[in-house]
Amino acid sequence: MINVRLVIALVLAGSGCLFMLLAGVGLLRMPDFLTRMHASSKAATLGAALVVAAVAIALWDGAVALRALLVSMFLLITAPVAAHAIARAGYISGVPLAEETVVDELAGRYDRDTHELAGTAAGPSEAP
Amino acid sequence: MSPLLANLLLALLWMALMGSQQPVHFVLGFLLGYGALALLAPLASTGSYVRKLPHAVAFAIFFLKELVKANLRVAQDVITPRALRRPGVVAVPLSTRNANEIALLANVLTLTPGSVTLDVADDRSVLYVHCMFVDDPEAVRAEIKNGFERRVMELMG
Repeated sequence: MINVRLVIALVLAGSGCLFMLLAGVGLLRMPDFLTRMHASSKAATLGAALVVAAVAIALWDGAVALRALLVSMFLLITAPVAAHAIARAGYISGVPLAEETVVDELAGRYDRDTHELAGTAAGPSEAP
Repeated sequence: MSPLLANLLLALLWMALMGSQQPVHFVLGFLLGYGALALLAPLASTGSYVRKLPHAVAFAIFFLKELVKANLRVAQDVITPRALRRPGVVAVPLSTRNANEIALLANVLTLTPGSVTLDVADDRSVLYVHCMFVDDPEAVRAEIKNGFERRVMELMG
């Protein structure tokens, strides 16, 4: 019984680590900052959640499980806010997008000085 | 008292009655409390909570499914030598103007790898999302609107 639990925990922790490794590789391989953020957000969500779940299953204790649940909840709440803030700041400050970018429907929508963003006005514009 | 809080308290009460700290009894108590609140619906204002909880559970399961699917897709692009990605910024017109619904939608989109919410228009009419696999902007728009947006509106509305 204990062995089955440990095997499950090991599989979860292993796949969590694998996702984190892939996130690191992705950081090196992706062409621009937005695609790098896609790669790294794996580590923050699924990777961390899997490792935390593995800890909860390995220790099999109510108090630990509750804390594990809270940790993954806080991660899920805070990670996207930070990611959004970084992505928006990067886009506004004009970090160039990769050449393979297919379409940029946000191009030219920002007011240069106030960073106000218009709603449904002009049609979508193609990527440079 | 909010019905969710009442339900949690009922679950804790059930645990105290059983003299147990096992998570199983919390779940059991939560389900029993949910049943009690459902019976109470005609008397107290718990109806909308009773209706929404199944939506919330369905939403959580749908979200986990999408999370794993998107993770595998991005992971595949990271390890294959040939780039499958076709990144792009897509404007998603919103069907809701409710700030909480938009915030939840933006957060779940950012949480799923392969899409990051860049910004929302000042009049809350459009969400700008950077996606990693934009084969067709229309298809991406439809996917977000039929998937997450519809479910978020069901859950919050």
